[in-house]
Amino acid sequence: MRTTVASAALAAVIACSTSAVAQTPKRGGTLNFAISAEAPTYDCHAGNTYAVVHAVAPFYSTLLKFDLSKYPAVEGDVAESWTISPDQLTFTFRLRDNVFFHDGTKLTSADVKATYERLRNPPAGVVSVRRASYEDIAEITTPDERTIVFRLAAPNPSVFQNFASPWDCIYSAAKLAEDPLFPSKTIMGTGPFKFVEHVRGSHFAGTRHDRYHVPGQPYLDGFRGVIFSQGAAMLNALQGGQVLAEFRSLSPAERDRVAGALGPRLRVEEESWVLKLTIAFNAEKAPFNDPRVRKALSMAIDRWGGSQGLSRIATLRAVGGVMRPGSPFATPEAELAKLPGFGRDIRAAREEARRLLREAGHPNLSFVLTNRTLAQPYTPGGVFLINEWRQIGVTVEHRQVETAAYNAAQSSGNFDVLLDFSNEFMDEPNNGLTKYISSDRSPNNPARAVDRDLDRLYDLQRRETDPAKRNAIIREFEALAMERAYTVPLLWWHRIVATHTHLRGWQMSPSHLLGQSLAAVWLDQ
Amino acid sequence: MLRYLGRRLLLMIPTLVGVAILTFFMLRVVPGDIVEVKLRGDGGNVTADVIAAERARLGLDQPLIHQFGDWMLGLVTFDFGVSMWTGRPVVEEIALRLELSFQVAVMATIVAVLIAIPLGTISALFRNTWIDYVVRIFTIAGLAVPSFWLGMLVILGLLAWFNWLPPITYTPIYVDPIANLSQLIWPALAVGYRYAAVVARMVRSSLLEVMKEDYIRTARAKGVFERLVVMRHAMGNALLPAITVIGLEFAFLIGGLVVTEQVFNLNGIGRLFVQAVARNDFMLIQTLVMLLAVVFITVNLIVDLTYAALDPRIRYK
Repeated sequence: MRTTVASAALAAVIACSTSAVAQTPKRGGTLNFAISAEAPTYDCHAGNTYAVVHAVAPFYSTLLKFDLSKYPAVEGDVAESWTISPDQLTFTFRLRDNVFFHDGTKLTSADVKATYERLRNPPAGVVSVRRASYEDIAEITTPDERTIVFRLAAPNPSVFQNFASPWDCIYSAAKLAEDPLFPSKTIMGTGPFKFVEHVRGSHFAGTRHDRYHVPGQPYLDGFRGVIFSQGAAMLNALQGGQVLAEFRSLSPAERDRVAGALGPRLRVEEESWVLKLTIAFNAEKAPFNDPRVRKALSMAIDRWGGSQGLSRIATLRAVGGVMRPGSPFATPEAELAKLPGFGRDIRAAREEARRLLREAGHPNLSFVLTNRTLAQPYTPGGVFLINEWRQIGVTVEHRQVETAAYNAAQSSGNFDVLLDFSNEFMDEPNNGLTKYISSDRSPNNPARAVDRDLDRLYDLQRRETDPAKRNAIIREFEALAMERAYTVPLLWWHRIVATHTHLRGWQMSPSHLLGQSLAAVWLDQ
Repeated sequence: MLRYLGRRLLLMIPTLVGVAILTFFMLRVVPGDIVEVKLRGDGGNVTADVIAAERARLGLDQPLIHQFGDWMLGLVTFDFGVSMWTGRPVVEEIALRLELSFQVAVMATIVAVLIAIPLGTISALFRNTWIDYVVRIFTIAGLAVPSFWLGMLVILGLLAWFNWLPPITYTPIYVDPIANLSQLIWPALAVGYRYAAVVARMVRSSLLEVMKEDYIRTARAKGVFERLVVMRHAMGNALLPAITVIGLEFAFLIGGLVVTEQVFNLNGIGRLFVQAVARNDFMLIQTLVMLLAVVFITVNLIVDLTYAALDPRIRYK
């Protein structure tokens, strides 16, 4: 799903970058890069914003990691090899023998066990945000210092890839035993860089970990992740060469500005993103408790046309269903077009939408769309929706609020329609579908709907280890979810990363949370 | 004088208590809480029990009056608590940024005073001449142009013409004066220009008023040189309103440079304030408001005392 930027300047940029792919990495130098938010914690297990990953990923290792050149394939990080039992209930990992923490102690299976015990069963006072991802693990054992075994209570096809989660930083068992909150106070892992300093509001700095387990890596002497609170300041720094990259994403306008200024000195990479904007209808409130109203509002949206327009001004592009287009469980385009709200004939869809609203007794519907104040991609997404709904005679007030007020509206149900979003690190239905199942089971679905049919299908796919059968269940789930339309996708995000061409070894991926250890990054200067 | 000073200092206490009560309870009316922003702000399937546990850890599940009592007790003992966002002591968070904000405020004040007093004086003395017109255009432009926009122009100009940008991270002046000044001089100039415009107009109008006073006419009638009339007799009185403006502007600059700090990527108090508000970091917001209240009250006191020093007619008892 990688795309090439059309402008001549960017084409030159990309051509320039590909010519140097095969070069031998050079040692040395300090990488300055931008982080456009401040991490609220050092603790990966409690973190939920990319700012945590971008700031602390270089200091930590994980059990597995994604092989970004073959995404979604995974490879070992501290794990050297692994076996999976035929019933997919037992995962046995053999750990590398040369992994050392920054304090000089050697990593053993006890450290990995302590890490996953903390994730799945956090002690009092410790926050584990992704506890649900490991609820199927029944037991973790360590037969020897280099072997760790995870036994599941029931099959779960997502568990293996979850072992490559960038959030699952491995901590020292000894340090955790001293203080379970140690990771929120101190940064000390086995990653390619050792912690130097964090000046809050300013920057994170790291220096090379000489005993890193990948021979020769890291190539950099160190890095500095500079925190920016405003896009314009970050762009200036990128244009001026003070930072060589911002690894989350630029908007199309930002891309064009920097590419225009730097020309062949800039590399721009684009890819569809494992994030999507969704529309949540408050199913507890009339008239959104009427499926005809929800379906009509979804059908009125010209997603295909919107994709073309919005992709020029916002970080939105791909039209997709419940799974990201191009990902293993995505709906083929021809099939997608048959779902309500995804048809190519927008005139017919809007006619049907008007009919549904008339039938439901709301031909002149008006309501409030609650949205975030963030410019990308929420504002253009919201404005687009209002215009789409206007086409069927619906009047919408656009209420953009700060994150705190947005979250409050979401959790209290004090909204009509919410422009919601998903935040994943991989294309995994067990995570992605939680947007659509009953709200009493999934805090990830703000629609306040209870639908046991969707829950049943979700559970079926969650236990299905045969990918083909699982795919069929997901299709059934998707058709039902789009018909009942408690929460519907608007568009999938589009990631645009611009880096100076002398920054090498970093790999683009569909998630801004992956590949941020910087171990393979080097400077060609 | 000392009794006056003591009385003013004692008056600070009820003022600050009032500020504390208003700040605490008004913040609680604002929808949303920091736990949701922290754990759900970027999406995610965080369960209600995790949210509840974190709220309990931060004491947000306690009755309001209990939370208020704890905070007031902390204020009295100079324990300002910890930031709910970072978990670090609030004092540490503020101290980290105060040095930078204070330095920018001092530098901008120096820039403003150095520009405003000569310009305001010249403008008044050459009233309705081309010199006055030029100065007035300069000052009106200073009022009309937002500091942050001027800052953006400065940054873009440096980038376009010199391919150079000020450093993006702060270095204290005692560590590396050149790095420090090359970062902070630009925001100081951008902010100082608007500040200078305000003060220059105040100096001009005030001096024009004073120059019409009887005692100035008397001085001239005695044959005192015009320069002495202005410098010795007029300026002292003309500067009094300007000093009030300089004081208030200085206090404002400590926490009010929100957008300018963002434009220059400065890790200052203004940016911290906005972030704290966006995150509903109650402990940090409360302490920042108290800090700014103390700054304003102190600056006002200093202004009043300066009045007494400059104007022999004013005596505080």
